[in-house]
Amino acid sequence: MVQRISREEVAHVARLAQLALSEDELDAFTSQLAAVLDHAADLEALNVDDVEPSTHPFPLKNVLRGDEPGEGFEVEEVLEVAPKVEERQFRVPPILGES
Amino acid sequence: MEATEIAEKVSSGEVSARSVVEHHIETINKIESDVNAFNLVTAEQALIDADEIDSKIASGETLGPLAGVPISIKDNLCTRGVETTCSSKILEGWKPPYNATVIEKLKEAGAVVMGKTNLDEFAMGSSTENSAFGPTRNPHNLELVPGGSSGGSAAAVAAGFSPLALGSDTGGSIRQPAALCGVVGVKPTYGRVSRYGLVAFASSLDQVGPFANTVSDAALTLEVISGHDPRDSTSIPEKPLNISEVLNQGVDGMRIGVIEELSGKGLEGISPDVSSRVEEAIKVFSNAGAIVESASVPASIYGLSAYYVIAPAEASSNLARYDGIRFGPRTEAATTAETMTATRTKGFGDEVKRRIMLGTYALSAGYYDAYYGKSQRVRTLIMNDFAKAYEKFDILISPTAPTTAFPLGDKTADPMQMYLQDVCTIPSNLAGHPAMSVPFGFGEDGMPVGIQILAPAMAEREMFQAAKVLESESGKGIE
Repeated sequence: MVQRISREEVAHVARLAQLALSEDELDAFTSQLAAVLDHAADLEALNVDDVEPSTHPFPLKNVLRGDEPGEGFEVEEVLEVAPKVEERQFRVPPILGES
Repeated sequence: MEATEIAEKVSSGEVSARSVVEHHIETINKIESDVNAFNLVTAEQALIDADEIDSKIASGETLGPLAGVPISIKDNLCTRGVETTCSSKILEGWKPPYNATVIEKLKEAGAVVMGKTNLDEFAMGSSTENSAFGPTRNPHNLELVPGGSSGGSAAAVAAGFSPLALGSDTGGSIRQPAALCGVVGVKPTYGRVSRYGLVAFASSLDQVGPFANTVSDAALTLEVISGHDPRDSTSIPEKPLNISEVLNQGVDGMRIGVIEELSGKGLEGISPDVSSRVEEAIKVFSNAGAIVESASVPASIYGLSAYYVIAPAEASSNLARYDGIRFGPRTEAATTAETMTATRTKGFGDEVKRRIMLGTYALSAGYYDAYYGKSQRVRTLIMNDFAKAYEKFDILISPTAPTTAFPLGDKTADPMQMYLQDVCTIPSNLAGHPAMSVPFGFGEDGMPVGIQILAPAMAEREMFQAAKVLESESGKGIE
């Protein structure tokens, strides 16, 4: 039987999700993800073309609060839990690939 | 002592909040090293909070309905200034700058937080073995799992560390560990309890709810934490629940359906221990005057498949925020992109990685309609089938989990076997309905069995009435 997800597809999805996998992990995850997708295959037999999709249990729509300023967090409070800070800003490594 | 009794005695000055908290700290000191229910015990702060309650009482102040009651909090609920890890390395050491709304409500009611409980990383699992900080063990038998993902909270209540705990339930994460640990666990109607400050796993399914040793304690806790919150846009604009006034009204004349697809012969892999207890529960309800018949929710058998597409899809999006840039630990690399990848690769455990990848795949171009789109339509089918069943019945019942507690390591190698633990609980999350697990005796193996009571949206009161009847008979006829 053809696996429902290939090793290459798992590698691609891992890249999209910003996860680095070893060769062994790639093998293990491929067969585990295929098993879950196999189980999901029992949905294929269902004809649900006339059924509307549900994104949510309740039909709440356009929930807006009043346009009034409220209290937010202090900058210091937020930066206190940041991994790296410089001049009251998040410090990050180079973003364009040059150090 | 039950929570209701503690609150009464503390409020009247008969016992001090300090002595209550000290007693529970003693129990924790004695057996927590075996159980590992907590990621963090906040004993010192708990004593300070208790003293504050006692001095308020001494000065004649009236306190809330949970005055001096110890409560344990699942470690995916934000507690201001107190480490909140989701049992993940990616949040190790993170101290949120705010409290979840439920924490604010508990404090207002006089409850005392004892600590943060262990969970499957980001609430993904059914055994609390997927924790970066080691597994929690079932207080009834340390060789067995407590269930999950809120296994730490269930174990804390079962072990007597606190009479109450909070958990979160996305696919059964309150009800299944409650069943396996022999305590009461409630998943309220979606939107009944604020999710503000609950670390998001699958936002359209997540709901916060209580654990307790008794049905009335669970009801009281749910009353305290329920109600509209403007900080959660999915919060239902309703007043807090009042369950206590109907709790003892019984089930005389109530129409109760036994979901045939989720119990007895309809459920593959159900253990005889569990099905015989369901039969016993049917007798209890019939004897109490209820009309008990078989009910059908045909699409419920597709719940597991739909859930394991929808929940990972939402998780893959929700967990994109953990990149080591703004909060949490960072694994520094040459570039920002490499830093993000290194942080995520090191910070997430295998089950979380599996679900992120599964969700990313299900949402990717070419597969979206086949998996995610289809699952959302199946979700509608399940809602429709429940609606049809509730034309005939007031509440429905099933087992909470197909088996009693299983040995550590039993299902960790095969994720699909682990997922099957949630087959009975998932449909209520997909529908957004309330459901709870009530301990109802033990199996041949000596381990607790839970009966699940399901109700239509907003019908928590009827659900609790039935739970109370079951609880009052749970001790009878059991050796």
